[in-house]
Amino acid sequence: MLDIAVRRLQGAFTVDAAFATPAAGVTALFGRSGSGKTSVINMIAGLARPDAGRIAVNGDTLFDSAAGIDVAMERRRIGYVFQDGRLFPHMTVGANLTYGMQLVPAAQRVIGLDAVVGLLGIEHLLERRPAKLSGGEKQRVAIGRALLTSPRLLLMDEPLAALDETRKGEVLPFIATLPKQFAIPIVYVSHSLDEILRLADTLVLMEAGRAVAAGPLEDVLGDLPAAGPLDAGEAGSVLATTVEDHDAAHHLTLLRFAGGRLAVQRMDLPAGARVRVRLRASDIGIALEPPRHSSFQNVFPARIVSLEPPVLGQVDIRLDAGGAPLRARITSRAAEAMRLEPGLIVHALVKSVALTRGDMGRHSPPPLPPEEDRP
Amino acid sequence: MDALALTAVEREALWLSLKVSFWAVTGSLPLGIACAWLLARREFPGKVLVDGLIHMPLVLPPVVTGYVLLVTFGRRGPVGQALWEWFGIQIVFTWKAAAIAAAVMAFPLMVRAIRLSMEGVDRGLEQAARTLGASPQRVFLTVTLPLVAPGVLAGVILAFARSLSEFGATITFASNIPGETRTLPLALYTATQVPGGDAAAFRLCVISAVLALAALVASELLARRMQKRLRG
Repeated sequence: MLDIAVRRLQGAFTVDAAFATPAAGVTALFGRSGSGKTSVINMIAGLARPDAGRIAVNGDTLFDSAAGIDVAMERRRIGYVFQDGRLFPHMTVGANLTYGMQLVPAAQRVIGLDAVVGLLGIEHLLERRPAKLSGGEKQRVAIGRALLTSPRLLLMDEPLAALDETRKGEVLPFIATLPKQFAIPIVYVSHSLDEILRLADTLVLMEAGRAVAAGPLEDVLGDLPAAGPLDAGEAGSVLATTVEDHDAAHHLTLLRFAGGRLAVQRMDLPAGARVRVRLRASDIGIALEPPRHSSFQNVFPARIVSLEPPVLGQVDIRLDAGGAPLRARITSRAAEAMRLEPGLIVHALVKSVALTRGDMGRHSPPPLPPEEDRP
Repeated sequence: MDALALTAVEREALWLSLKVSFWAVTGSLPLGIACAWLLARREFPGKVLVDGLIHMPLVLPPVVTGYVLLVTFGRRGPVGQALWEWFGIQIVFTWKAAAIAAAVMAFPLMVRAIRLSMEGVDRGLEQAARTLGASPQRVFLTVTLPLVAPGVLAGVILAFARSLSEFGATITFASNIPGETRTLPLALYTATQVPGGDAAAFRLCVISAVLALAALVASELLARRMQKRLRG
């Protein structure tokens, strides 16, 4: 596991972050641009030196200002996938892949070249030079190169940010399979909620250089303050659900969660598969009575936990639906007219459900890599 | 065809020029790379001074450089005396002096070309290599140096061409001794000082021009090959 508490002054900006992550799975470092995410992983890798603090991975101290420990970056055995790939232009793809691998003593190599090349689908690229690769191919090679050093922790700094949507689709599934395939914990930096919902188990929320929240993804996202690191329109909750059934006639999939059932657009997943769904606060309405004649299909009872102070005439209401946290955003006039108050049992009306395409994270078996996507 | 054949004097001057330039460039290349790295990558007190010192031969009259070398490496000079007394090596008035003069005069050009190229190397690539487990020395040898190879080549060719044309510092420091320090430019100068030496001078001019052109063409071809390697 990663245990970190660091402070570093960068110009007028101070990074002062402390958090711990589990020994397995994907931990997302999430926050707006400039919130200090990359600075934190640079300190973990050794690319930047904290002014003070401590960094330990699996109990091994990499940096400790009090004890005077600062392990050289080439001896930290931490893989780093950069946003811009950073493949060596004067080497073939094959030479890039083995550059770090050959520096690891054979006894410590737990990840083999064939396994990585096969998984990432880059056999046909080995003789090429990086200049001839597409953005998606470059990132896959960069991931493979870092993996082949058999690192004890893999850092990924917005590895998809420089790619267009199609290329993202090429790379994301590979990243999703890594924790299962190679049992390497990953710290994934991103400001894309979509990527994080698909990949992460644990979420560390960064704001102005600080880790303001850390924990299981559902808990952290469900408890986000309205004026937090998310854009106002993105605030909401994340539910862990299970595929219960399909309604082929209506092209629907029924998902079960702690508070009831959700009907969503048909998904190609077997019953029992785990799916994460995101409910935006602005997509949830509240009714005192269950609506009898309405187009709302997803309605379930919930108890009001609290009302937040109105912002520009909007009130965020935190709900508890059978243990699942929900957040609804309604006008302050409606809240007053309905006399909403904590403890009241109401009905949550879900207008739409933002699905994460496919199910991800530790809850699921990894999806198979897609067939060769390029000739 | 006889007009194309080189005379013994010409062959001697050409061979000496090539030998002097080769050793001037080869001997100063490691130091040139080190200085380029220092100037491109390190901040230290006195950097401006070091930079200025390296560039001095570019702006000083060559005779001054030659004289400073003469005073330094002469039998009584601080370096020359030590070399003579400890190793029995004499520098002045030998081809080694010509090589040193050429190296010093060409050094700023070599350092400049390598330094510019080194400043253009993406530091991110070096960082990536470090995270992959490479020590700083290994990073330098496997990433930095191959990436600055075109710059090194440019520096070497420039320095070689400059060495071939070196005159002022050489004649001051190494003197004009046939077969020992009389390189092409010195032979040309000598020919112009002899009555009726115009034809000989003209032939030496042509040889110098052909040699310079060959160096330029060779560097261009090599540079293209290197670029091709980088682009895949």
